[in-house]
Amino acid sequence: MHIVTFTRSTPDTAARLTVDADGSVSQGDAAMVVNPWDEYSLEESIAQAEGQGGTATVIAIGPEVHEEALRQALAMGANEALRMDDPALATTDSIGWATVAAAAVRRLDDIDLVIFGKEAVDTGSDQHQIQTARYLGWPFIGAVSRILELDAAGGRLRVERSLEQGRQVLDCRLPAVISVLKDINEPRYPSFMGIRRASRASIPLWSLADLEVTLPKPLTQRLKLEEPPQRLAEAELLSGSPAEQAGALIERLEKEQVL
Amino acid sequence: MDLELGEERLQAQRMVRDFVEREVGPHIAAWDREQRMAPSLLPRMGELGILGICLPTRYGGQGYDYLTLGLVCEELERMDTSLRVIMSVHMGLNSLALLQWANDEQKRRLLTPQALGEQIGAFCLTEPGAGSDVAALRSTARRDRDVYILNGEKMWISLATRADNFLVVARHDPDAGATQGLSAFMVTRDMAGVTTGDIHGKLGIRAGSTGWVAMQDVAVPIENRLGEEGEGFKIAMSSLDNGRYTVASGATGLIHACLDASLRYARERRSFDQPIGQHQLVKQKLAHMQQWYDCSRLLWLQAGWLKNRGQRNTRETGLAKWYATDHSVKAALEAVQLHGAYGFSDEFPVERYLRNSKGATIYEGTSEIHQLMQADYALGLRQDRPLRCELPAWDEDFWLGDDIAP
Repeated sequence: MHIVTFTRSTPDTAARLTVDADGSVSQGDAAMVVNPWDEYSLEESIAQAEGQGGTATVIAIGPEVHEEALRQALAMGANEALRMDDPALATTDSIGWATVAAAAVRRLDDIDLVIFGKEAVDTGSDQHQIQTARYLGWPFIGAVSRILELDAAGGRLRVERSLEQGRQVLDCRLPAVISVLKDINEPRYPSFMGIRRASRASIPLWSLADLEVTLPKPLTQRLKLEEPPQRLAEAELLSGSPAEQAGALIERLEKEQVL
Repeated sequence: MDLELGEERLQAQRMVRDFVEREVGPHIAAWDREQRMAPSLLPRMGELGILGICLPTRYGGQGYDYLTLGLVCEELERMDTSLRVIMSVHMGLNSLALLQWANDEQKRRLLTPQALGEQIGAFCLTEPGAGSDVAALRSTARRDRDVYILNGEKMWISLATRADNFLVVARHDPDAGATQGLSAFMVTRDMAGVTTGDIHGKLGIRAGSTGWVAMQDVAVPIENRLGEEGEGFKIAMSSLDNGRYTVASGATGLIHACLDASLRYARERRSFDQPIGQHQLVKQKLAHMQQWYDCSRLLWLQAGWLKNRGQRNTRETGLAKWYATDHSVKAALEAVQLHGAYGFSDEFPVERYLRNSKGATIYEGTSEIHQLMQADYALGLRQDRPLRCELPAWDEDFWLGDDIAP
């Protein structure tokens, strides 16, 4: 069994992000971390591969900064790491990203399952996941909260999804693409031995030429990036006895149509 | 001096930070308030490899170097002093003493389970009547054929009620000189006559275990004697070179915590229509904390670098310990002051930092003892003589090799 996970380095979610005059985003001296949602997909792919004696491969698409995320994945226990990079990727959108992702999976040839984290925390995007599945021609299941059965030999996958309405159990054929939620597992820490192995690992770099693909024309274009307007919060202290304060609070909440 | 830490060490530090932020941070204020050491803490630190971080893989350790040990201690005490104390006694004072002084059989038998975190080590030097004056200790070790019979009481022992193995210094020869008559022994909890208890009502480090160890006619087999008869004082002093190193790097982490909390508050809290960080006297406090952090860090890094090279570092380690611990108290005082009335409440962590900071200016050499030592080095009154067993230099081939030690 061979599972692929995609990951990327994103600014620490505690970073104070600012949009500069030229529209670029600054994160100060905040560290880059593994996209937090990917910690769950990495954990799941490593645990499933460990459980079944398979292989977990992790792929990043983009510049060298993403090697940090790949090394973290190796330190957690991923078996292989690959990075796809090309100057042309700098100006592409999710369609271009998915083209490369699908090409990488095809080139690996023996992939049973692709697992994504819920979304990329920096871009807030998840459409690249569905687009990757579409390019591969594989089924896609999002919001997976549990893998109930993964039978690579029989080509069968059974998962539980967590939806607003409740839980849903789905069967699908393999190979497939899924994205997972936080409830699926408790991500492990990288081990000290893993950190050493990862820091000394050589990570292969594949170009678009290696993948034998050309990027499609972007379908979306970013026109402008600006900081959200500052929220002007107002606070009011209610006075009176606890009963009076509770009454005033209910009245106010009804007026604001919260209740 | 090479101060390039490299990605491998920094990643190890980040892993420890993730662990304490995720698994300790949400609970530490409650543990401190309840004066309770969480039972899951030691097994979890063992499972993650933290308890064997700088020991050779052939003994079950993680194979990292002494600088990484310092980084780990910085990160642990940035969360809470009680976490770093674990490393000071289990690793600094006990396991590294075994690495330095134990014979091969003892390393396999005693060091390996500690490196794996399956057993916890502690260090028993201080007694009710003997602290800075080590030579005044009264515990005895009477030789009786193949065993030593130990009697006495050890006080202010970190992990007293949690540890499995106690490195005990006791007097084997009452007629020999004050220091020459001391020997070191590994006493295990399962030996008949060993009893332990915790001390409550401490000013700080309330989430940690500190207590006493009493020994009544404890028969310790000769194979549990560390080093030769009469080497107890040298073993104790060399252990302190390693324990003090973890205290220095840990106190540096405590200064970091004070700075972090103060920066956060200085940005959020407003007075006179501006964040308090805009006021000059608040800036002065922040500048001092940054200065103390950087100086403390450079001092322990210097000591760690010397350890990695296998060079004697008693003076440099002592200086780092004295400077970092004294300044961690100052940083915590300033952090409380900067937080105003909120600093006086356990709603913010800085009051815990202040309570925690004080102990380290007393244990492992009071600040006064360290000043005397530094003055004596400067005056040429004190010189370090070579030891029969030195702490081995960090050697990657040996630390990561998996063959059995010769």
